[in-house]
Amino acid sequence: MSTSEFDSYRPPELATGRKKRRRGDRDGGPRNRGGRGWQNRGSDGGREMPMVEDVEFSSYYGRPIVKAPPWGHEISLYLFLGGLAGGSTLLGLGAQFTDRPGLRIATRLTAITATGIGGAALVADLGRPERFLNMLRTVKVTSPMSLGTWILSGFGMGAAVTAAIEVDRLTRQKVLPLGPLRRPLHAMETPAALESALFATPLAAYTAVLLGATAVPTWNSAGRHGLPYVFVSSAAVAAGGAAMALAPVRETGPARLLALAGAAGDLVAMWGMKKRMHPVEVEPMEAGEPGHKLHRSEKLLIAGAVGAAAVEVGARLLSKRLGASTKTRTVLRAVSAVSGVALAAASAYTRFGMLEAGIESTKDPRHVVEPQRDRLEQRRAKGITDDSITTGR
Amino acid sequence: MTTSTFGHDTVADGHWAHSAHQRKGFFTDTSICIGCKACEVACKEWNRNPQDGTYELLGSSYDNTGGLGANTWRHVAFIEQDQERIERARESGRKLVSLGMPTIRPRTDEAAAVQPAPNLPSAPEMNVDLLAPGALQPTDPEDFNGLDTTPPDTPDFRWLMSSDVCKHCTHAGCLDVCPTGALFRTEFDTVVVQNDVCNGCGTCVAGCPFGVIERRDDGTINTPTDRDRSASEMDVPDKGTANKCTLCYDRLVDGQTPACAQTCPTTSIKFGDHEDMVAQAHARVEDLHAKGLTEARLYGANPNDGVGGIGSVFLLLDEPEVYGLPPDPRVPTKDLPQMLASAGVAALGMVAAAGLAFLGSRRS
Repeated sequence: MSTSEFDSYRPPELATGRKKRRRGDRDGGPRNRGGRGWQNRGSDGGREMPMVEDVEFSSYYGRPIVKAPPWGHEISLYLFLGGLAGGSTLLGLGAQFTDRPGLRIATRLTAITATGIGGAALVADLGRPERFLNMLRTVKVTSPMSLGTWILSGFGMGAAVTAAIEVDRLTRQKVLPLGPLRRPLHAMETPAALESALFATPLAAYTAVLLGATAVPTWNSAGRHGLPYVFVSSAAVAAGGAAMALAPVRETGPARLLALAGAAGDLVAMWGMKKRMHPVEVEPMEAGEPGHKLHRSEKLLIAGAVGAAAVEVGARLLSKRLGASTKTRTVLRAVSAVSGVALAAASAYTRFGMLEAGIESTKDPRHVVEPQRDRLEQRRAKGITDDSITTGR
Repeated sequence: MTTSTFGHDTVADGHWAHSAHQRKGFFTDTSICIGCKACEVACKEWNRNPQDGTYELLGSSYDNTGGLGANTWRHVAFIEQDQERIERARESGRKLVSLGMPTIRPRTDEAAAVQPAPNLPSAPEMNVDLLAPGALQPTDPEDFNGLDTTPPDTPDFRWLMSSDVCKHCTHAGCLDVCPTGALFRTEFDTVVVQNDVCNGCGTCVAGCPFGVIERRDDGTINTPTDRDRSASEMDVPDKGTANKCTLCYDRLVDGQTPACAQTCPTTSIKFGDHEDMVAQAHARVEDLHAKGLTEARLYGANPNDGVGGIGSVFLLLDEPEVYGLPPDPRVPTKDLPQMLASAGVAALGMVAAAGLAFLGSRRS
């Protein structure tokens, strides 16, 4: 029957005629329409077969509409480290005022390390890293990236001064070649700590606006529906967790409480945010690799919070009944360190997950088209018909 | 200033103060696009944009370019549609028209039977030069009174072809979020990247609701002219910076037409003062509606939309998403005041939480 080897690519011939078949398709459900018709077109040999699928064209060949920014793991890392640095500085300032030297040293060194690595990651992710200083040639309130650069710079100054003072103290003023500058530097401690604390919370919060003020559907929707709350909570969790891991148990009471508050805030804000976002925009946060990361973050967060609560209870009991055994103290320190690391990891997973969910949401045009269609229809239903980009006239 | 949108949205208003010229823009009439891709070629040639990818076939009709990007500033889309899709497009267009707009004149059946498509030119005499200007022009649209406007028979197949380009938005997301000031509003009210300033942070890529601007990264090489040179040696200009259509800024400065519009053989791409372009677009869509082609609609001619209207107006023959255009784009910085406010509240909350944490663990 076959006359050419290419005939095998034809779909099987149908008993019914082409016209009938198409009519039948239309009467079927909307999913059916156009889905299979193309395969049968021309199957009677009457005319050329189309080689391109006649899909339901709610998109252009399923190609992305919005482009993902060229942001990789460096930016995720920076989102995490920025929050960590900001939260740590707040803890450092409190530790200075409440005389907790262990907590103060740990948080200040954490802050400067996180700032340094985070800043380097930002520069590394630029297309032209040698031009990173161009960020500082202007201040633009409409650009969260510009505001963030200035926030990071302002924060970095204070964080660097306080960290230098801590290093100088730790090395008994013998290593840093400060000379006559040593006294003015140490006099700067409180002003510098206050200055960096002023920029600390903006540093933790602005990254949410940076992601939110984009056309990336999942980020934009998250930004409008509470991503800043998720990110500051996550920053509190990271800073509290890092301090719990690095500083002695009897000094990290505030870190534990901050981490617990952050964990509660993170869970509530994330839940509320997902509830208010369009379901199609939430999808990338639930499925695939980003979904795995966000779910892992949730588990780690709960585990870490339970650990932190246990350490807090233990520490309070210990301070009441003085003279507990060294073994109890060691166990408490270990639990504190492990849950601290879990909390910090939870924060990191949140940031990596959110960044990747946004990038994932640009890949399928459905995430762009469906929420936009829906909001357009909602406005039209309300009688607002003058603000559509598509006009009939 | 040529548009009424100034002051409409203070945050998203970037750099509108110093317009010395009329706002320039395109009107891309996709109903007369023949998909020749001359615009793509002319754009690449004039702007010396490097090669995109490895010339692979995408398997989507005749479109192997894929979409706009760092190296592709004009992109011709090809969409094959059957009768059912055409009817749906016609229906959705009709709905658009009925949204508070004047409706199409109802058909009169007796007129439908006799009228011989009066808007088409009558058979020209044999000795008339068909290529002479005006020889094939349709008769004056003002004469349509009392004529039949019955939709023509729906063809059972059509190709949609559309040349996409940067929209040069009134409220440009890319321009708003650029942290270096590399993106700027020109004296022609277009949006252009200064490649010697851009440091490739990529924020603009995320800021564009149309997915136009892109960072010129890897794997892009010039077409090899010298076989002895390896690909890596070939020159990629402005590597690592953001790139997009400049509306041929260099040509505009010299009073020239952008390369794509200059080369378009069917005048599907029209260039001129933005006001004129919008007026032409309105006239053309009315013209098509008068012929019963209710699927025709304008994209970007409304200054009240989410981006304040766009500099490159389109006439489309189906829903925008069919062409890969967003159905309801919104400049992301429009949400900025609200987001900054909630970030401020969140930041204060964090300070409060830290303060309470220290108060809560006071040592007795």
